[in-house]
Amino acid sequence: MKRVTSTRQWMWWIVGGVVAAFAAILPMLNLSIPGVLPGATYLPGTLQLLAVAMLFASLALSYHLLFGTAGLLSFGHALYFGLGAYGVGLLLKNTTLSLVPAIALTIAAVICVAYLVGALSLRVTGISFAMVTLAFAQAGNVLVRRNPQITGGDEGLQLHTDNVPQFLIGVLNTRNLYWVALGVLVVVFVIVTCFEHSRAGHVVTAIRENELRVRVLGLRPFGVKLVAFVIASVLAAVVGIVHLLLQSGVTPSATSSDFTLTILVIVVLGGVGSRWGAVVGGIVYTLLDQRLTALASSDAIAALPPILRIPLSEPLFILGTLFILVVMFLPGGIAGALGRVGGRSRRSLVAPGVTERDRLEDAE
Amino acid sequence: MSTVILLIITGLGLGALYFLVASGLSLIYGLMGVLNFAHGSFLTLGAFAGWEFARRMGGGSWLTFFASLVVGAVVGAVVAAATEFLLIRRLYERHIEQVLVTVGLALASVALFDGIWGTDPIYVTGPAWLTQTSDILGARVPNDRFVLIIAAVFVLLAIVAFLKFTRYGLIIRAGVENRSMVTALGIDVRRAFTVVFAIGGAAAGLGGVLASHYFGYVSPQLGGSLLIFAFIVTVIGGLGSLAGAAMASVIVAILQQFANFFLGGTGDLVVVLLLAAVLLIRPTGLRGSKA
Amino acid sequence: MSAPILRVAGLSAHIAGQQVVEDVSFEVPATGVTALLGRNGVGKTSTLKAIIGLIGRRGTVEFDGERIDGQPTHRIVQRGIGYVPEDREVFASLSVEENLRLAERHGGPNRTLVDELFPDLVARASQPAGTLSGGQQQMVSLARALINDNRLLLVDEPTKGLAPLIVVDVAEALARAARAVPILLVEQNLEVVRKLAHTVVVLEGGRVAHVGLAQELLDDDELTKRLLGVHSAHAQANGEAS
Ligand SMILES: Nc1ncnc2c1ncn2[C@@H]1O[C@H](COP(=O)(O)OP(=O)(O)O)[C@@H](O)[C@H]1O
Ligand SMILES: [Mg+2]
Repeated sequence: MKRVTSTRQWMWWIVGGVVAAFAAILPMLNLSIPGVLPGATYLPGTLQLLAVAMLFASLALSYHLLFGTAGLLSFGHALYFGLGAYGVGLLLKNTTLSLVPAIALTIAAVICVAYLVGALSLRVTGISFAMVTLAFAQAGNVLVRRNPQITGGDEGLQLHTDNVPQFLIGVLNTRNLYWVALGVLVVVFVIVTCFEHSRAGHVVTAIRENELRVRVLGLRPFGVKLVAFVIASVLAAVVGIVHLLLQSGVTPSATSSDFTLTILVIVVLGGVGSRWGAVVGGIVYTLLDQRLTALASSDAIAALPPILRIPLSEPLFILGTLFILVVMFLPGGIAGALGRVGGRSRRSLVAPGVTERDRLEDAE
Repeated sequence: MSTVILLIITGLGLGALYFLVASGLSLIYGLMGVLNFAHGSFLTLGAFAGWEFARRMGGGSWLTFFASLVVGAVVGAVVAAATEFLLIRRLYERHIEQVLVTVGLALASVALFDGIWGTDPIYVTGPAWLTQTSDILGARVPNDRFVLIIAAVFVLLAIVAFLKFTRYGLIIRAGVENRSMVTALGIDVRRAFTVVFAIGGAAAGLGGVLASHYFGYVSPQLGGSLLIFAFIVTVIGGLGSLAGAAMASVIVAILQQFANFFLGGTGDLVVVLLLAAVLLIRPTGLRGSKA
Repeated sequence: MSAPILRVAGLSAHIAGQQVVEDVSFEVPATGVTALLGRNGVGKTSTLKAIIGLIGRRGTVEFDGERIDGQPTHRIVQRGIGYVPEDREVFASLSVEENLRLAERHGGPNRTLVDELFPDLVARASQPAGTLSGGQQQMVSLARALINDNRLLLVDEPTKGLAPLIVVDVAEALARAARAVPILLVEQNLEVVRKLAHTVVVLEGGRVAHVGLAQELLDDDELTKRLLGVHSAHAQANGEAS
């Protein structure tokens, strides 16, 4: 049993490596997938979209660490994405720091904020936790919107490029940013995996399954949950920073509760508890969103009667409805559905091959 | 002095709005363990329904205004009951999935409102008296505040009476405390679920019409922005407690008004700080038993 | 002997994904008190909950000859089963009267019997049940079951944590009820068991370990000690004996 699963895991790693290698050479290829991608793969527009997709996949992975692994339903994850983007953006604009120190300083700040907010929010559990994280994120959103002289307000903050290395600036260098995004995705994936297989990871998973039992074993759930919370927040901030570079700016919607809900939608679409699901969900969501937006402004839609035109011209309406349908009829999301088609028994929320007993023993 | 009076009465008016949203949220959570993210959409839809009605009746008169309140409440109740019946019920006892479905509904419905009514605010008109002010101890208080306060008190009394004097009310009160024991007495508690959704939806729909007069406009974002404060109110008040929601609504709204006026527009931040303080001192909220 | 009122066959139950009752089979005769015994944590409460569907279960449960195991709790109870849970579970914020009114089905036909059994409750009708003493709360919990015309009562440790005098009252009320309706009783107090029960079912580790007459078990000190971990005679009045 154990051997079978570890072979299977190796297979997944090999598949992942091949996919990553293929993704790495995409900018050199001239591939077109009509209906999925807006143009050939070497074009900056396509690379930009794919890079956004990979960043969303990374962000979904960081959220997976919170929700899928530790069972923490946070409605404030966007706060850290926004902190990363605004932190670096503001430092570049208002100081003479170059990119790397600006990033380091921002990450340090994110760690502090995540530690404080996490320590406070984790005093409550379940739905209260969700609401409290939402409230803190909303405070961040309000700060950004209400201080336009600093943050640019609703207009957003432009990236100041004076201290950003040349190879990360401009449309022609989109492929470099694409590679950075790919690198972020790979690194986030590895970090999330390592965390899940670490002692702390086993403990948080065990807590998710049965907090009482873990307490009985004499372990303190609070500490490991906080660690998971801070790590997930830092990863989100890193993604936010790269997103700032990629989009040459950031708008307050990056800190909004709707953005957190979008991340949640991605994770659930992909399949709660599955790392691959989070990745696939992020990519599918981004491409779908882009395609639906293109569809909304197409002539075919404009010609329809209002009762069809109005809903179909709202991408979020379609995505929201799709999301409801997945929650109700497709538990396990895309990953779950693929798993079932592939003849495997339904994936549980637990990492494959690791039984609860294993994890508890590891935790001791 | 007159400033303080104006701030208090405006705060009470805003608190009334928070309560109209939070009362339903709190009841639904208390009975069913569901955090309803779609509650803001019930409010927005109520507001649009009230506006559409008033527009067709040719606004302005008191009769139209009161009828539009009823229309908002009815639309909110019907949509909320349908939500429970068609979506929430099928996920019985799967709380996370239930929350997720309401999240999806919130996203989809706001997008749909955008499509139907556009993203720009639509300005509403009511009886002229509402936009005038009254002199209270030297403060010039906009009249819509009074309507809001009266409506919220009315809703509070109506809900309390319903809970106290009807069989459904009895079942709901018992269910908030111990739902499985209610079923063990041979009662189908799921029927009460539809009832609380309908009550919550009615309060939210009514709140929507009132909010549109308070702010002077309706927009698809109206519900979402109030919902976050209603969440905060619900946590501070204690999940599942109607009295807690009423107290917290008033405290949060008045504090917000005062901070906005005296501390340079920091009302929203002060509210979040209050939430943090309450959690530190009393994680179950003012009147809550469940965390 | 007539057909049993309740037949449980191959019943398994789980809480939070964990098996707590395993392949339990027994019958409850249509008259008298059947005691369900066993040490703490063997699954007595879980068995009762599984019978009325309060926790997930597999296996067969027949009530008066009809299968009830696929049904939701409220349907099962409506067929005529009264449930008196462990730790009373009265609705603390509701008044005594409201607790009873909530429980009434078809107008609560046995109102007079309940008023007669528990005069204390009549006097405290408008008091919140949460402010009652443990014994009074137990009476509310019993009254909620007795107020209806049930065909079976499931009663879980009704004397737990009560003062000796109150234990006598509760046992008396149960004895009166038992004249009209069969009872499946979980009870740690063996004196009460001796007084009320005709048959016993003993659980061990989620399975049935022994079935027989109450008299025979309690008279066999050795067997009682082995199955229940206490002496049957008088030692147990002081609680645990090691
Ligand atoms: N809520 C719960 N979560 C996990 N395990 C439980 C829970 N309730 C009971 N159990 C377990 O189920 C087993 C049977 O419990 P129970 O039926 O209450 O036993 P009894 O009533 O015989 O004392 C015990 O081992 C107990 O630890
Ligand atoms: Mg027990």
